Amino acid sequence: MLYIKCPHCGMRSQNEFSYGGDATVKRPELGKEVSDQEWDDFVYNRKSLRGKHWELWQHLFGCRQWIKVERDTATHEIFKTLKANQEISK
Amino acid sequence: MQKYSVFNLIKNALSNHENWDLAWKDPTPKKEYDVVIIGGGGHGLATAYYLAKEHNITNVAIIEKGWIGGGNVGRNTTIIRSNYMHDDNALFSEFGMDLWRKMSQDLNYNVMFSPRGIINLAHSDAQMNVYARRGNSMRLNGIDAVLLNREQVKEIIPMADFSENVRFPIFGGLMQPSAGTARHDAVAWGYARQADSMGVDIIQNCEVVGFDVSGGKIKGVRTSRGDIKAKKIGLCVAGSTNILAEKLNMRLPIETHLLQACVSEPVKPVLDRVVTFGAGHFYISQSDKGEMVMGGDLDGYNSYAQRGNLPTLQHVLTEGIAMMPFLSKLKMLRTWGGIMDMSMDGSPIIDKTHIEGLYLNCGWCYGGFKATPASGWTFAHTIAQDRVHELNAGYNLNRFNTGHLLDEKGLGTKTWIS
Repeated sequence: MLYIKCPHCGMRSQNEFSYGGDATVKRPELGKEVSDQEWDDFVYNRKSLRGKHWELWQHLFGCRQWIKVERDTATHEIFKTLKANQEISK
Repeated sequence: MQKYSVFNLIKNALSNHENWDLAWKDPTPKKEYDVVIIGGGGHGLATAYYLAKEHNITNVAIIEKGWIGGGNVGRNTTIIRSNYMHDDNALFSEFGMDLWRKMSQDLNYNVMFSPRGIINLAHSDAQMNVYARRGNSMRLNGIDAVLLNREQVKEIIPMADFSENVRFPIFGGLMQPSAGTARHDAVAWGYARQADSMGVDIIQNCEVVGFDVSGGKIKGVRTSRGDIKAKKIGLCVAGSTNILAEKLNMRLPIETHLLQACVSEPVKPVLDRVVTFGAGHFYISQSDKGEMVMGGDLDGYNSYAQRGNLPTLQHVLTEGIAMMPFLSKLKMLRTWGGIMDMSMDGSPIIDKTHIEGLYLNCGWCYGGFKATPASGWTFAHTIAQDRVHELNAGYNLNRFNTGHLLDEKGLGTKTWIS
């Protein structure tokens, strides 16, 4: 069982959350010419590596907010959580 | 190679089974091969076998970071089927069914193929309509399919819950009588033994640390046991696909996820078919040892843990108990997890890449085991001829770019869509 610290509600169990995938993919900018490759990278292509991974979760059975979580994909250790509009610091 | 037969069994019994040949050798890697297959699982071993058998290419090495058959071919629920609606999936899988039927003779190794039939249960009129359509598509592609009504299902699996006032009453089901199960380890060992006997080097405990690419061509692979040159390299690494793609600076439409399975304590024969729950994701069969073999959904988030989380297991078994209430009385014997190469449309990729001489076999999602022979056969063809076979033409990497997705169930990594 994962325990995720929602930045709005505090520590809650995994059962309250739903997963949203890689948080680092960026939608191509609106109003700009977008190549097929850029769309591919946004829609389909992922790194999905072993180790630290920034990902989106939604606190579905809580505050219903989307949040960003940094988790290790092998150990499931959670290092940091952010509100959806907070930038991931490198 | 010593042939496995009843006469050899008796002969060796007389010497206390101490004089059997090793099933495969333990060679040190050569400096160079025509083809290097990365990944000594079912698909990699099958690929090497068909390279030797169908294409006469025997200067081949399989390199495996652990031991052969230690990954998903040793961790699955052993289900074999070809009950697909889309032509690309149906024809590929049915070609595989043919290889499964001949496999024990072909490999001189008993893979215990048991065509006991699979039943997908339907829980609404709408679902019956969908299954009727799928069954018709299957039959048009020469695959056996039988639409069963509630009474017919009850006759075959009376232990399922047929009460009226349940959340998901059983309306009927779609059965593929020729589907079944096989002994998963034997598949890996059978392919390994035959490939080895034809000259393939099976190199275990040999981890890939990098690739040698120059001028858009693959030149070789750097491993924990030294550099190996190769004219062609095939990747068959399932859950490690993303890790090796990173070393090649490739980004793929693949996410690595964890899938769990479990077995109950062994009980007397009760279920002689494979059955899937239609209102969720749960599948069950009974092994020859009597254990109920069960599986279901992904854990749902990117994972390399090879160990599952309890909420998913609880969810999956809740579905199982809704379908077959007697399961609640059984003790769980073992649970385990494997890491899956989940493609974004739920269908696999067997294709060439933008790097000359590098070939890709991945994206098997929930269905890697049943595809073992067909995947090996078509991947061997793709590598040997440097072009895809018509059977795996639909499994191209380019489809994510052109929009020709093969979305059989409409779900890939996004389990919550189901």
